[in-house]
Amino acid sequence: MSYMTINNRRVEFTDEKNVLSVIRKSGIDLPTFCYHSELSTYGACRMCVVEDDRGRIFASCSETPRDKMVIYTNTPRLKHHRKMIIELLLASHCRDCTTCTKNGVCVLQKLSRQLGIKEVRFENNKKQLPKDLSSECIIRDPNKCILCGDCVRTCDEIQGMGILDFAFRGSKMQVTTAFNKDLAQTDCVGCGQCRAVCPTGAITIKQDIERVWEALSDPKIRVVVQIAPAVRVAVGDKFGIPKGENVLGRLVAALRRIGFDEVYDTNFGADLTVMEESKELVERLESGDNLPLFTSCCPAWVKFCENRYPQFRKKISTCRSPQEMFGALIKEEARMDEAGDSRKTVVVSIMPCTAKKAEITRPEHFNEGEQNVDYVLTTTEASRMIQESGIDLSQVEPEALDMPFGISSGAGAIFGVTGGVTEAVLRRLMNSDRAEDLEAISFTGVRGVDGIKEASVKLGDRDVKIAVVNGLKCASEVLDKIEAGEIYYDFVEVMACKRGCITGGGQPVPIGPRTKKARVEGLYKIDKLAQIKLSSQNPIVATVYDGILKGKEHKLLHNER
Amino acid sequence: MLNQAYYDKTDEIIASHGLTQAALIPIIQDIQAEYRYLPPELLSYVASKLSIDEAKAYSVATFYENFSFEPKGKYIIKVCNGTACHVRKSVSILERLYSELGLSEEKATTDDMMFTLETVSCLGACGLAPVLTVNDKVYPAMTPDAAAELIRELRGA
Repeated sequence: MSYMTINNRRVEFTDEKNVLSVIRKSGIDLPTFCYHSELSTYGACRMCVVEDDRGRIFASCSETPRDKMVIYTNTPRLKHHRKMIIELLLASHCRDCTTCTKNGVCVLQKLSRQLGIKEVRFENNKKQLPKDLSSECIIRDPNKCILCGDCVRTCDEIQGMGILDFAFRGSKMQVTTAFNKDLAQTDCVGCGQCRAVCPTGAITIKQDIERVWEALSDPKIRVVVQIAPAVRVAVGDKFGIPKGENVLGRLVAALRRIGFDEVYDTNFGADLTVMEESKELVERLESGDNLPLFTSCCPAWVKFCENRYPQFRKKISTCRSPQEMFGALIKEEARMDEAGDSRKTVVVSIMPCTAKKAEITRPEHFNEGEQNVDYVLTTTEASRMIQESGIDLSQVEPEALDMPFGISSGAGAIFGVTGGVTEAVLRRLMNSDRAEDLEAISFTGVRGVDGIKEASVKLGDRDVKIAVVNGLKCASEVLDKIEAGEIYYDFVEVMACKRGCITGGGQPVPIGPRTKKARVEGLYKIDKLAQIKLSSQNPIVATVYDGILKGKEHKLLHNER
Repeated sequence: MLNQAYYDKTDEIIASHGLTQAALIPIIQDIQAEYRYLPPELLSYVASKLSIDEAKAYSVATFYENFSFEPKGKYIIKVCNGTACHVRKSVSILERLYSELGLSEEKATTDDMMFTLETVSCLGACGLAPVLTVNDKVYPAMTPDAAAELIRELRGA
């Protein structure tokens, strides 16, 4: 066992990849802007500097731990350096914290408070640059960028997109797109992972809060809201509720108090997706055409495929995503006046995802000239609306969802985690709710954190080959192999964000490793506790197929391609 | 959209360096040498050929002052403003050239595409200070008047 001495205390270490990890393990939270354990080490922010026994100062993130090292983390010299770095960053920063979207969750703000910065002695000579408002999902404000490069590395290393990079150099350096194009003019898929790692307000979610407040305050509008699976295990983050805890009941109660007229569950939409997608898979397996069937739930993946692999576009399922199926259903119900309401119906979705904001305005997601879903609020925006209303989610008494679309299966709940859609479809196709069968499906290899998961499942006399792609970077890898004929699959699930929607670009941040784990466990727990495990056993699913959906399955649940 | 000939030439340049990512800089240097600037379309083209993200290629091209996305003039004048040249009054030479050519810090190339005026931090010819180069030909011990005369000569040539 090797050890090092940190601030005169002996700390043992084994295979930690850098000194910073050892320091953090020892209970000292050394500040950083540019260090993320899942990204490559960049060593730019210099906040994690430490001093050794010879007075040498180095960045602990970029140093391999060595036996018998002696380091200090908080000497007067180090404190001086750290303060100076923050002061210099603040000098060229806009500092309008009170009106910034990131107020209260900004790392720069937090560290300047933590290190006790009282004054900024330098003049701001930085030229103001225009904001990029072109994307429907995120806003880029280069004036708030501190050049930590977290977004650049996330976009490239985690998502494999490489939309953002540094440009120019020295004091003119900025993070931008190729040729400084608007995000909307690039291949950006809107996944928002850059926003999830941005320590400041340089990349933020495009907000739709005001438009929803307007609809809520209009007595001539009936506002229906649906809640995506991954939201319920994350929305509690900002209210001191333990990470990963399912707060659906509290959220329902809060949304009613805010003024939403009806509160439903996107898990019900997910149940419909399972019904349609498994039907489509069986049809394609029988005909042998157009395989593999790619899932269509993730709008970032659909856009990625259109932009970079258009040759696979036709293989994506024609099924609408759960939020769109649900929206189409609600709007159709309103058009038929089955809801018995003369008010205009507006559908709002609460989603973990920034890309969903762009999904709803795509032309195929209109029915009879009407948008199926009118507004998408991310989990973060929903938290903000609850806070704006003065409601403390942790103190609200839980309430039940509205009927009839408040009943859903456990299969719908796990849509929010990688492999969940596949697992749900397999349950439907195996058509058994016996505990040992359900367990067998969960052990086929569809669960877990690997980038590419493979499974082979016997359906009738056929071995169905399945791949679950966890993160966009792996999507390119799988598609390239399929194209080259190196590999064959019948069914491929793709989720753009690693670990699935629970880490979506609209979720409350920070999303560290423990948070991710807790959210995944939270969703599996919901499934475990659900009385209905199969989408086909959801009684309301049968009711709508015999009712509103009758003869209109294609119009409401599928996209014309 | 550029003429097909540009892409053919670029293919030729890429072939001469080989299809490796490490060849990005030499390739775009050759393109710039060929056209006296780096057409943005060709940078994107090279990036896609080498499987480099367009944003990364843009990052590289903007890092080096030498690459220009704007067409440069027939004569590229580089006025040295390194320490030695600076103390021997290179600024007055630069100012004279700006006024002779009707250029400024923001506008580097004349409308007739004859001249591009740039400053460089050191040409490594401090013994000849103040110095400038025209298309890599060195003109030592310049004065504002000599610079103005040089412009007249080049115009006449």
